Amino acid sequence: MAIRRVCVVGGGVIGSLYAAHLARVAQVTVLTRRPEHARALVADGLRVSGKSNFTARVAATADAAELDGADLVILATKATDLEAVVAELAGRLAGATAMTIQNGLGAEEIVRAHGERPLVSAVTFMSGVRHSDSHVEYELDTETWLGPFADTTTFEHVQEIERLLRESGLKARAFPDLRPAQWSKLVFNATVNTVAALTDLPHVSAFARVSDPADLGLLVRDLMDEGKRVAAAVGVALHEDPWEMNVEAVRRGETEAAAGAYAHVPSMLDDVRSRRRTEVDFITGSLVREATRVGVSVPLHTAMYRLVRARESAYL
Amino acid sequence: MRVCVVGCGAVGSLFAAALAQLEEVEVWAYDRDEAHVAAIEAHGLRVTGAGELVGRLRATADPAELPPCDFGIVAVKSMITATAMAETAHAFRRGAVCSVQNGAGNEELIAEHVREVIRGTTFPAGHVAGPGHVVWDTKGDTHIGPFEPSPAPMEKVRALAEACTRGGMPTHALEDARGAQWRKLIFNAASNAIGALTGLTHGRIAEPPTRELAWAVMAEGRAVSDAQGIVLDASPEELFDFAARREVAYDHKPSMLQDVEVGRPTEIDFLNGAIVRFGEQHGIDAPLNRALTALVKGLERSRA
Repeated sequence: MAIRRVCVVGGGVIGSLYAAHLARVAQVTVLTRRPEHARALVADGLRVSGKSNFTARVAATADAAELDGADLVILATKATDLEAVVAELAGRLAGATAMTIQNGLGAEEIVRAHGERPLVSAVTFMSGVRHSDSHVEYELDTETWLGPFADTTTFEHVQEIERLLRESGLKARAFPDLRPAQWSKLVFNATVNTVAALTDLPHVSAFARVSDPADLGLLVRDLMDEGKRVAAAVGVALHEDPWEMNVEAVRRGETEAAAGAYAHVPSMLDDVRSRRRTEVDFITGSLVREATRVGVSVPLHTAMYRLVRARESAYL
Repeated sequence: MRVCVVGCGAVGSLFAAALAQLEEVEVWAYDRDEAHVAAIEAHGLRVTGAGELVGRLRATADPAELPPCDFGIVAVKSMITATAMAETAHAFRRGAVCSVQNGAGNEELIAEHVREVIRGTTFPAGHVAGPGHVVWDTKGDTHIGPFEPSPAPMEKVRALAEACTRGGMPTHALEDARGAQWRKLIFNAASNAIGALTGLTHGRIAEPPTRELAWAVMAEGRAVSDAQGIVLDASPEELFDFAARREVAYDHKPSMLQDVEVGRPTEIDFLNGAIVRFGEQHGIDAPLNRALTALVKGLERSRA
C-alpha cells in the first residue's frame, strides 16, 4: 500500500521537520493547536533552514473535523498533550497507521486506548529551533528509528515508512523490534533531561566529566547504570549504551560549539526555563514505574523524579 | 578577655555585639567589607529585631591590625574559612578559635592554622541591613565543645560560653558538641540542597513529593553520624517538621536557594558534600547526598 497522504499532528519543531520534508514526496496536512498557526502554514508554506533549505507547501488546519483521510498519521505532540489530541482523532482517519514519536514510554498505549489501528513506534534524535509558526531550523539531522508496535502491523509496512522518510530527505532506520532502541533513548533521556532541568545546564561537557568525585558525569553515569539495570530486568538488550551516547553527544556538541553553535538545550530544560509542564512523568516516571513493576530499586531516578516534579510545582 | 570575631556578617555581628555588652571583654571584628567596618568604628554595631543593642567594638578590614586575642569566633561563609584563617591566624597564637559556621568541616580547616579549636553550632539567624546594622531574625541557642583532634581546654570552652551567655547569646559548653552540629547539618543538608534545586520554601519541601526525598537524605546523614559514634542531641526530622510550621519558617527560602538565585557560591561542600566525605572516611555510602552535591555544583556553574 503506497503512502500518499500524511497527517502530521503537532506543529512544534519535530512535527514541522517531518511535515516539511514529507511534503516533498506526499500530500501533507498539519493539524495544529492554534488556528493562526494553521493559517500561517497555508499562507506562507513551511520553511526549513539549517541542515536543509527549502520551503514546503502543506495543508493545515486546527480542526480535526476538517481532516479528510490519511494513510499515515505522525503524532508529533509532546507526551503531555497526546491524550487530548488522540481523543479528538478517535473515529477519524480510519485505517491510517499511527506513528508515535513521544519521549519516554506509554504513548502507544494511549493511542490504542482510543481505537484499533496499525501502530508504529518511533524515536527520533532530530532537533531544531522554532523561529516562527512557518519557519523551523533543522539542527541535528539524526535518524528516526521505527518499528512495529506489538502485532498491530508488519515489519514490511514499517520499511515502507522508512523508505518514505528517506525519500523525503530525512534519515530513518526500521527495526523489527524497536524496544532496544526505545529503551536506550529512555535511559539517556531520563538522565540527561532531568540533570539539565535541575542544574540549568545545557548538554555540555560537564555531563561526561568523571575525574573529580563531585563531577556531574559521575551522577550521569550512576543514573544510567540504574536505568540499564531496569532494562535488563525488563528483558531488553539495549541497542546502544546510553553513557556512550552521552559521551558522543557531548563531543559532537563541543565540535559544533567550536564552530559557533549553541550547546543543545534538552527539552526538559527548555520546559523549565519557559515554566511549562515537563514530560518527566512520561520519561523518568515511566522508568521508575517499570522499575517498580520488575522489582528493581532506583533511588536516584526516584530522587530526580521528585525534584523535577517539585521544580515544576514551584512555578505551575 | 579579648575576642576577635572573624567575619562580621549577620551571625558574627550577633556575637560581636553581645560580647561587647560586657565590661571585661574587648571585642574586635575582622571583616573585608570596608564600609561595614567604617560604620562600626564610627557609630558602633547596631542590632535590631529580636533584640535591640549597640555594641562598641574595634573593627578592621586589615588583619595586620589585629592584636593577640584570647578567643576567635569564626563566622565567615564556609568557602572562605581557609582564606580567613590564613589571614588572621597570627592573632590566635595563644588563643582558642571557635567556629559558629554552618555544616561540618570548618574546624578541620581552622585546625590547620591554630592549635586550640572549638567546635560550635549556632541557631540564631539574621541579615545585614546596611553598614554597621544587622537585623536579628530568630533567637536560638549555641552549642560549643572542644574540637577533638585539636582541642581547646574545657575551661576555655566554658569561659567563652559563659561570656556569650551573659552578653545575651545563650551558649552551652559541652564535652562533645558533635550531636548538636550533626543534628543541624543533617537538617540543613536536606532543606538547603532540595530548596536550591527546586526553588521551594522550607515548608513546601516538607510536603510530598520532596518530603520522602528529604527524609531519605536525612537517613543517610544519620547513618554517617552513627558510624562516627555521634549521639544526636535531638531529631533532625522533628526539627524539619517544626521549621515547616506556618508560624515558624514555612515561607523561608533556604539560604542556599537565596545563594543560587543571585549566582553566589554555596556552602554545599560543607553540607551534603561533608556528609559524603565523612561517610567515605567511615565506610558509609551516601548516594543521595552525593547526587545533590553534584547537582548543586552544576547549578552553581550555570548561575555563576
